[in-house]
Amino acid sequence: MSVTREREPAGLVAEPAVGRRRWNTGARGSHGYKVPWRDVWRRDGALYLMAVLPVVFLLIFRYGPMVGNIIAFRRFRPGGSIFGEEWVGTLYIDMFINDPMFWHVFGNTAIIGLLTLIVGFPLPIVLALLLNEVRKKAFKRVVQSISYLPHFLSVVIVAGMVMQLLSLQGTVNQIAEALGGEAVPFLQRPEWFRAIYVGSEVWQTLGWGTILYLAALTTVDASLYEAARIDGANRWRQTWHVTLPGIRPTMITLLILNIGTFLNVGFEKVLLLYSPLTYATGDVISTYLYRVGLVSNNLSYAAAIGLFQACIGLVMVLSANFISRRMTGASLW
Amino acid sequence: MVTQNAMTVPAVSVGSGTSVGPRDTRGYRAFTAVNTVVLLLVCAVMLYPFVTVIAQSFSSPGAIKAGLVNVWPVGFNLDTYGAVAQNGTFWSAYGNTVLYTFLGTTIAMVLTTTFAYAISKPHLRGRGFLIGIAVFTMFFNGGIVPNYVLISALGMKNTMWAVILPGAISVFNLLVMKAFFESLPRELEEAAQIDGLGWFGIFCRIVLPLSKPVIATMVLFYSVAYWNDWFAAFLYLDKQELFPVTLFLRNLIAGASTTASEGAAAAGTTTAAISANIQAVTMILTIVPILCVYPFVQRYFVSGVMLGSVKG
Repeated sequence: MSVTREREPAGLVAEPAVGRRRWNTGARGSHGYKVPWRDVWRRDGALYLMAVLPVVFLLIFRYGPMVGNIIAFRRFRPGGSIFGEEWVGTLYIDMFINDPMFWHVFGNTAIIGLLTLIVGFPLPIVLALLLNEVRKKAFKRVVQSISYLPHFLSVVIVAGMVMQLLSLQGTVNQIAEALGGEAVPFLQRPEWFRAIYVGSEVWQTLGWGTILYLAALTTVDASLYEAARIDGANRWRQTWHVTLPGIRPTMITLLILNIGTFLNVGFEKVLLLYSPLTYATGDVISTYLYRVGLVSNNLSYAAAIGLFQACIGLVMVLSANFISRRMTGASLW
Repeated sequence: MVTQNAMTVPAVSVGSGTSVGPRDTRGYRAFTAVNTVVLLLVCAVMLYPFVTVIAQSFSSPGAIKAGLVNVWPVGFNLDTYGAVAQNGTFWSAYGNTVLYTFLGTTIAMVLTTTFAYAISKPHLRGRGFLIGIAVFTMFFNGGIVPNYVLISALGMKNTMWAVILPGAISVFNLLVMKAFFESLPRELEEAAQIDGLGWFGIFCRIVLPLSKPVIATMVLFYSVAYWNDWFAAFLYLDKQELFPVTLFLRNLIAGASTTASEGAAAAGTTTAAISANIQAVTMILTIVPILCVYPFVQRYFVSGVMLGSVKG
């Protein structure tokens, strides 16, 4: 702090107007030529110092593992170098491409991801629109508070709740029996796994997902509704022609983000809920690579699968963003 | 809210004579009724699992086993709470969770606020690059295996740092903070500069005191994330005395479900039913701190989230 204070006279402090112009000039000084790094340092050294630790953190804990993916192309020996021992080319890539199990879990992942997207994406929009029609503020606030709550639960607790509700003595089976059906051990039945996963996911994310839409709804220009009403639009048409276009940018942004994370199917939840009995539908890429890599210690092979998955995720975000920019003009960047 | 304002503008009163505006057509009244019912149903679905767990935590194991417990405790007793409260492993796990949450949130807040402040200055040279390296990690991550290899190589396995450090910067939180700092009136900082404060002084004395709402939001987000995390502990910790409460709970649940699926035998089912009890109590005790903070920070986090995402 004291260091920067000593250095102040060299840089920024001037009368406010000049100060402001300088703040906006980017890398160039007020005369248009490039400010030498020495002066930049003198002026902003403290800011760079503040960024040092975070950047080091990102380099180690985010970029480190990215570089670490190199073991997908190198033989890795536990206890040896974290970057592997020797090059093996695309050995591990070929290995998973020829692994029927990989394609099986890939299919499962795509199905679960797609179902989550189809069910989980529109529902928050619907709930936000319904909430937006509520006139009693207190009621609206209560509904919001309650619906946000599941978002703050640990996935372990959600899994525990799912298991209790679906157990043989659980509520769901009680209802089934009351209606004349038989109790089903849902979590041991592959045909139920996807529904359970998607259902619990929606339960946990529905309310939280409305926040951004509700924010966007407050920014829709009120005069548009008036104009629509004068043109004879009823409430439904107003929603369709004014409200929905008004929140379209938000919808597109969230859709792009959802598409990008589509293959990262809630790994932790699957890991907690699945069992060998439900591998047929429940086993996804991440759980498979977890078992292969960290349980069976085949790290290079698992890293190859993980790298493939991460690349697909990146490609999906980039293409969703590109398509959306072309078609609607809205994009993330 | 906006629609409401639009609607109260003088309008032809159709249908009912009591209130004004086209809202009160018969169709709209029907819609309002249906809407209310739907929203109440949503609330019921959201709350039901909580209610069941609470009811189970106060019920007798026999009643749970017989499938009698839904919304209301059957065979009310506090024995399970007593049993869990006397369990040393549980409290050690609980203490670990508190420690990890506190340390993790502190470190995360220091890193996030300082970085967000630096990249919130539009004139900073290299700002685009700094933002870029942060944002890129949102769309591409190293993956579980290289992370595991890295943590092992750093010698952090079986230390609390394996749980605390990797989660220390959430880029989403970083961007929310950056947006907040950008929204602060620049004149304040300029005035402070004229008074001879450096960047760090401005940050500590002017910017942070003005940022209480966003800081409250971020503290909530980070502490909830640390409090709820179990996977890092599951991957990197083998010693039971280091386990956080979520991992303790996970092992409880996993143990119970193995017992349940293995034994249709009478003994097996009893064990499962007893642990359903204990599970419920452990779950409640794990949720309670979050439920206690929640009402107080709610108004902050909604504005915090909106800030990061809606720009006009």
